[in-house]
Amino acid sequence: MKQLALIIDLNVCVGCHACVTSCKEWNTSGWAGPMTDVNPYGADPTGTFFNRVQTYEIGTFPNTEMIHFPKSCLHCEDPSCVKVCPTGASYKREEDGIVLVDYDKCIGCKYCSWACPYGTREFDQHQKVMKKCTLCVDRIYDQTLPESERKPACVLACPTSARLFGDIHDPDTEVSKQIRENGGYQLMPEWGTNPSNHYLPRRKIHLKIHEDELQRSDNPLKKEGLLPEPPKDQQSLDFMSW
Amino acid sequence: MHPAISVVLLTTLIGVGQGLFLALYTGQIYSMLNLLPVQNSQNFYALGNLLALTFLAMGLFASFFHLGRPLRAWRSASQWRTSWLSREVIILPTVMFFVALYGVIHYFGWSEKQLFVINQMQPINLSLFVGAIATLVTFLLFVSTSMIYASIRFLPEWYNPLTVINYILLGGASGFTLATAFSIYVGADVGSFYALWAIILTTAAFITRSISLLRNNNLKPKSNLRSAIGVRHTIIKQKTQGFMGGSFNTREFFHNKSLDTLKIIKVMFLILIFLVPIILLFLISFGLEYLAVVAFVSQYLGLTLERWYFFTEGTHPQNLYYQTVA
Repeated sequence: MKQLALIIDLNVCVGCHACVTSCKEWNTSGWAGPMTDVNPYGADPTGTFFNRVQTYEIGTFPNTEMIHFPKSCLHCEDPSCVKVCPTGASYKREEDGIVLVDYDKCIGCKYCSWACPYGTREFDQHQKVMKKCTLCVDRIYDQTLPESERKPACVLACPTSARLFGDIHDPDTEVSKQIRENGGYQLMPEWGTNPSNHYLPRRKIHLKIHEDELQRSDNPLKKEGLLPEPPKDQQSLDFMSW
Repeated sequence: MHPAISVVLLTTLIGVGQGLFLALYTGQIYSMLNLLPVQNSQNFYALGNLLALTFLAMGLFASFFHLGRPLRAWRSASQWRTSWLSREVIILPTVMFFVALYGVIHYFGWSEKQLFVINQMQPINLSLFVGAIATLVTFLLFVSTSMIYASIRFLPEWYNPLTVINYILLGGASGFTLATAFSIYVGADVGSFYALWAIILTTAAFITRSISLLRNNNLKPKSNLRSAIGVRHTIIKQKTQGFMGGSFNTREFFHNKSLDTLKIIKVMFLILIFLVPIILLFLISFGLEYLAVVAFVSQYLGLTLERWYFFTEGTHPQNLYYQTVA
């Protein structure tokens, strides 16, 4: 069965928040909107977001590494938020594994947000219902868009291609290959929620080149270049008959 | 977690209502076994049940203020197979129905009607039978209300059988304390019986709640920043949570109260729920009967603080992601 998901490459993410703004822009005016802001220009502004980019410092200065960490709904394969919903407004789609909220059924009791260890569900203060990442379900199947644009808004916005989108149950997709080959991992695996979104860890991208790799240390003439051509009358290895 | 006043009132008010009904039904069983004098059907049972029903209704009313969309509340009865909240939504009106029916049976004097006889010895009348069903659903309501919290494995402070036991004992204790005050008020001669049971239940609740308080002091969270972002390093510091304004994540899961405030609230509820009512209920036997009302008011106020504290005790793993504004 299909399970659509995002793969986020922490090795590439530069923390520019383009995915955050692009997500908000697309979704606030689309199927999942509005994503209401309260006091956007006043004191104590707040609002609904499906996606956020956080920043962490690893190690002690000056030997540190910055990790920019985008976080949105992970579309768990075993979503505990869905089971606690009293109205059935939260559901996981059979056909592609996207976890969605039916805004017409949600009563805004916020119970699902307690049952999500990742804090990815938000209560919209204007519409009074729970909202969350939809994986842009309203654009990934939109036949009027060119096929290259049938991806979540955050994926299209990412300038460094740190976000990949695809079916993680199909072993031949790019996302499955990335998870397999680049050490893709899940967040908080201790809860057994089995998130579909995976993260790719920071990895070494520089290569240390040693002197002897530039100059062949076994070169008997101690210099690089073409070997002198053997005299015409002498046999070389090329003339050996084995 | 951020304590919502509506939920604090809901859980404490229906706890009192359930406890009061259980107290009245216990009294009826004792009377049937000739251990207590028989009480007047209308003045005692019907009126007492009306009081219990009032508390249940006030709790139900308070619960609507927790919902973003209260007009759709009826939808929440649909997922009873998986959701304890849905189960509570079904069972609360069921309890109210049977408590009301039990009161109506007493009011119209139908309780004399004999349904059947057990072992050719013990006649069972209509009110005993309906009361037994009401008792069963009352306990089911205690379980489903508390399991809403006790079933969330991400909150280790709640994810424990003690949560269920505390809800039952604290609700029962407040109900029996109210029953003491009520029977003294209507002049029924069972005040000391209820006072004794109220003291026993309050003491039992003190023991179980203290155990859960001690347990919560020594809990080790299952998640940490390493597993939250998946980086294997001993030194990880959040530099920014990604925004400077507020969000649902920073409102719903943090209580933003100082440790001193929490400590004061804890001491206050321990005094108001356990110490004060037990002393006052004890003094009733010395003729100071009016103190029963004071005991109930103290215990109920204490319970609202206890429930408030119960929510602040819960530490959610999502809080790991929201530590630094920059």
